[in-house]
Amino acid sequence: MTENATPVLEASKVTKRFGGLTAVDKVDFFVNDREIVGLIGPNGAGKTTFFDCLTGMQEPTEGEISYRGKRVHGRPNVVTAAGMARTFQNIRLFPNMTALENVLVGRHCRTKSGVLAAIGRGPRFRREERESEERARELLQFVGLPRVADELAKNLAYGDQRRLEIARALATDPGLLLLDEPTAGMNPHETTAAMELVRQIRATGLAIVVIEHDMKFIFNLCDRVAVLVQGTKLIEGTPAEVQQDSRVIEAYLGAPA
Amino acid sequence: MSRVARFRLPLLAVGAVLVIAGTFSPWATRAFGFPGKMTLSGFPGGARIYALVLLPVVVLGVVDAGGRRRAGLFGAIGVFAVGAFNVIAIANDGGGVDAVAFGAWITAVGGALLVLAFVSLPPDRPVPSEWRTLPAPAELAIIAAFLGLLLFGVDNALSVNESSRFISFLLFAGFGIAAVGGLGLFGWLQELFARHRQVALVAGLVTAAAFPFTQNGNAYWIRVFASIGVFATAAIGLNVVVGLAGLLDLGYIAFFGVGAYVGGLLGNAGLSTMHVHVPFVLVIFVGASISALFGVIIGTPTLRLRGDYLAIVTLGFGEIFRITANNWDGLTRGPNGISGIPGLAVGSFKFAQSHEVFGITLPYFANYYFIELLLLVVAIIGFTRLNSSRIGRAWVAIREDEVAAAAMGVDTIRLKLLAFAIGAFLAGAAGTVNAHLATQVSPDSYTFLESILLLAAVVLGGMGTVPGALLGSAALFVIPEKLRSFQDYRLLLFGAALIVMMRFRPEGIVPSQRRRREFREEGAIGASGAAPGGPVATGGAT
Repeated sequence: MTENATPVLEASKVTKRFGGLTAVDKVDFFVNDREIVGLIGPNGAGKTTFFDCLTGMQEPTEGEISYRGKRVHGRPNVVTAAGMARTFQNIRLFPNMTALENVLVGRHCRTKSGVLAAIGRGPRFRREERESEERARELLQFVGLPRVADELAKNLAYGDQRRLEIARALATDPGLLLLDEPTAGMNPHETTAAMELVRQIRATGLAIVVIEHDMKFIFNLCDRVAVLVQGTKLIEGTPAEVQQDSRVIEAYLGAPA
Repeated sequence: MSRVARFRLPLLAVGAVLVIAGTFSPWATRAFGFPGKMTLSGFPGGARIYALVLLPVVVLGVVDAGGRRRAGLFGAIGVFAVGAFNVIAIANDGGGVDAVAFGAWITAVGGALLVLAFVSLPPDRPVPSEWRTLPAPAELAIIAAFLGLLLFGVDNALSVNESSRFISFLLFAGFGIAAVGGLGLFGWLQELFARHRQVALVAGLVTAAAFPFTQNGNAYWIRVFASIGVFATAAIGLNVVVGLAGLLDLGYIAFFGVGAYVGGLLGNAGLSTMHVHVPFVLVIFVGASISALFGVIIGTPTLRLRGDYLAIVTLGFGEIFRITANNWDGLTRGPNGISGIPGLAVGSFKFAQSHEVFGITLPYFANYYFIELLLLVVAIIGFTRLNSSRIGRAWVAIREDEVAAAAMGVDTIRLKLLAFAIGAFLAGAAGTVNAHLATQVSPDSYTFLESILLLAAVVLGGMGTVPGALLGSAALFVIPEKLRSFQDYRLLLFGAALIVMMRFRPEGIVPSQRRRREFREEGAIGASGAAPGGPVATGGAT
């Protein structure tokens, strides 16, 4: 358990400004091994922008981000290769690829065959392709989509698309999974299933950060919750602490009746 | 609507009788050189045979009217089109409507009745292929038969010399193929070819190699087909860029030009500014590599742009290439170009001579045809293998959603550059061959229009597929050759064809599996999980 010494993710003083607007303001954030951390806040609080900064989709104006003690910066594919994978608030699958192909794309950064190998089709290439496919099918099974491997992603039901996005992210062999509103648009039944899935993912050894508006989901699932309001971190603590904090209730949940 | 439906059977019967009667009657009242002995009655000569042959397809539509609207409708339209076109053509060539005999009128009317009968049918439900898997030998025999038929058909089509008759043939072939497609035959054939890919590829190669032997020593079409091969190779390269990676390149012909100039300059041309003679095998490679290098140089700053911006920048690059070639007298000899590129020779084998094989004379263009065929095969193998590898998947992912692809660990810039480089490589290789085929290189062959035509060939044929690129290139080069008397309208007709195509078959003539589903399954939100076999059970992998 020496790994617990360094957090999986450590972000210090992350700031993102768009012109005069400060979307994210000096946010410190960390995630420990096998921890599920919730990130909540009212609409426009800068949660997704913060996510984008963490995953390289936007460059933070200031601040540093490190993954397992090593500084990560640069383009999103570099961050993903380092071990942080994400899903999107509004699903961004590859709509005209099959479910299996979607997951296989996730394997891209963990496989190596180049152009010549692909044209030559040597034994190493074929082994790599076979292993990729096995892993992809395994992941589809894991997220509960074993039967739709050959369906186009766009033809899947909404909840299944969310699951597929998670499978695709898991295919990159991440150490940290960042979920941006994984239950948006889901019915209570699907939400419960999603919660179960997140727990199972953690059980395989991953740390998870999740943005969510569904408070029941957050407070039941997370070990720790951070609240962003207007780009700054208001408070951070256990679900119980956050739930009882008057500032949170005021800023986010509304004044008690 | 329903009134027409009640009269469907009578309509069909009357229409069919009229068509049969019409095709056995004279179509022209006097002989004035209209092709096909149209004044004779009692036999369906000339274009009449096309209308008659389509009739059985229409009848098939009657036999099972439930799911066969497409077959019947296209067949009927074909009959009508052949009849109507000939009425117009005969009246035009014969100097007045009185030149048109009753047979042509009757056929057109009969065709129209048939169309009417099918129009009111509800659209076909997408029926999964009912064609079964046959024992392997039977399937191989079908592949062989199909390829043989193709060769026979091509040879026949090329021997139709008169423009008007060729148009009749096109109408017949186009609607006939569309109608037969309605029976699900082509989907099945595609599956068949996919199942026996190796064999099919070799058989296809043999068929293509057999083509020069069908020409009785006549060089004309061999030359045209060698050109088609050259452009098809380039089209496959463009297919990597546009069809797979989704990067719209409007200046692609420039890469072809780079290869052609390298071929001319290093090929010991009489008017080359470099007096070197590099062996051709090396020239192809050098030309392709320099072209690929250009691809990387152009791509590095521009591939960060998206969509429209990239298109404009590549368009600019294409023009820069042409203008540079036109003005750099010291290297490219400006507008004069480089001419007098000598024929190739390997040992004592001279490419610029005709040869006798199996007692059949092969004109010297056949030699280039074979070289080009070899290059094309390399391009095809490269394309298909890349397509079904992690690299091909990454390209498609970039096309689908670049941001998501990057977030999933795909190095988008690197892969886009790779697509650009590979596309340029193939275009460059094709260019070097073309330099020798044409024996000269000049800047006016690399205009914006050429880029657009290549792009159109890819889109028309079907993005992301090899047969699409082949068919698209063939259509773009054979049809204009055949319709020389319509030369001035070439682009007009072509534009019209593109519009019709985009409206009715946006996925192209031979769509890739993926693209067909993209266009045909729109909005079909499947009940997920509840499809154990899958309604479109395409993957036979498991």
